[in-house]
Amino acid sequence: MSKPETPLLDELEKGRWPSFVKDLKQAAKKNPMARDLIHQLELSYKDRIGHWKHGGIVGVKGYGAGVIGRYSDRPDLFPNVQAFHTLRVNHPTGWFYKTDALRKLCDVWDKHGSGLTNMHGSTGDAILLGTTTDHLQPCFNDLSDAGFDLGGSGSALRTPSACVGPARCEWACIDSLDICYNITMTYQDQIHRPMFPYKFKIKVSACPNDCVASIARSDFSIIGTWKDDIQVDQKEVLAYASSINIQKEVCDLCPTRCMEWNGKELKIYNDDCTRCMHCINLMPKALRPGKEKGASILVGGKAPIVKGALLSWVVVPFIKLEPPYDELKNLIERIQDWWDENGKSRERLGELITRLGMRVFLKAVGLPAVPQMVKAPRTNPYVFFWPEDIQKEVK
Amino acid sequence: MPQIELAGKIYEVDEDGFLQELDKWSEEFANAYAHAEEIEGDLTEEHWKVINYLRNYFQQFGIAPMIRKICKDLKIDMKKLYELFPTGPAKGACKLAGLSKPTGCV
Repeated sequence: MSKPETPLLDELEKGRWPSFVKDLKQAAKKNPMARDLIHQLELSYKDRIGHWKHGGIVGVKGYGAGVIGRYSDRPDLFPNVQAFHTLRVNHPTGWFYKTDALRKLCDVWDKHGSGLTNMHGSTGDAILLGTTTDHLQPCFNDLSDAGFDLGGSGSALRTPSACVGPARCEWACIDSLDICYNITMTYQDQIHRPMFPYKFKIKVSACPNDCVASIARSDFSIIGTWKDDIQVDQKEVLAYASSINIQKEVCDLCPTRCMEWNGKELKIYNDDCTRCMHCINLMPKALRPGKEKGASILVGGKAPIVKGALLSWVVVPFIKLEPPYDELKNLIERIQDWWDENGKSRERLGELITRLGMRVFLKAVGLPAVPQMVKAPRTNPYVFFWPEDIQKEVK
Repeated sequence: MPQIELAGKIYEVDEDGFLQELDKWSEEFANAYAHAEEIEGDLTEEHWKVINYLRNYFQQFGIAPMIRKICKDLKIDMKKLYELFPTGPAKGACKLAGLSKPTGCV
């Protein structure tokens, strides 16, 4: 029996779950880049080090973003992945494709690249993995002909993304799809031509379930919410009582304990509700979001690179969102201007706010301090006095 | 290490075509290299304004300036910058200015 070529990777094929190794091996039958990729990865596992060099600057004409340069540090062993650049293709909002569009995308990629794709990570874009510098411009031209455009990378506005929203979900409080599309079209320049201190991400979730994890993954999070009371159908609540323990599973797990259940009727103290969606998710037939719908705007979320992970926090508790979204876009621009003016190289918005302080941020972008901004009780009460205010009092 | 020949001289560059021996940079280098960055014709005074600015900044701080800073200090907008350097400021302009490759982020 011959010795297996990739014993370490083969371990990842064992078990019942899907395996990327199986997919790579399948691709390797057709494509030499995929073949070398497998062997380079096996070597990386053996050496316990990644065999990609850091970064590369390649691109297509007129664009400063959308292509990520990647080179192997062992081109002597793996000549077919010597250059293995990634293209980020702006995904359709909500990730809805016709099969025809997907086929076109794959045909372009079979022609110009490794045939390997990555759809969709939390970046959002359709990621096309692995091509050479010579193929970039022709591939971009073919993608354009098929109706696709590149997304953001580097210090650009990253491709905005949204949950499926009203297209598929009953809880949508805002039209996340339209908002995302509108923002994408408005800010084409910022997406394609990096100009900021670092990356800037906008994600739109249509309800507080936050299915695109905008609170953890974006500098500017738009999350659908409601202003009035949760709509309750007491008859349906009663029906749920026969299948779930309402006291234990609903009331006791409410983070603000804002509900009471007496065996017959559910009472909600809406003033204490923080829109966590737990009760609505558990009893979808009985409870619905309120009728006065809009969004909360949160800023500052980011993943751990540089200074540690941050969750976005509220800066606008409630805003009505209807086309053409001028108020929203105006706020985005005010925030970006301030960040752009004051941010250091590679400093995300959340880090800048932490460095200069929330009161400086609020004053600069013209937002009033409101109680909803308090992140946790008694930690940051947002009582702001500027030196001139104190002077006034003294006089 | 890849090499390129420009105006009769050999230069060592990296995979993306960035000059490796920064002291080898000369105006001839930039002039001869311009066509590779999709610049049609000769480098104009406006190109040189950007290139010289980048070189001065790099000599002073050891890194490439943020793009907003280029636009602000030179009083040009992004559109103009991409008109001058169609492959972009990070790729085209820094390459011609003989700066080491900006460390990009994915």
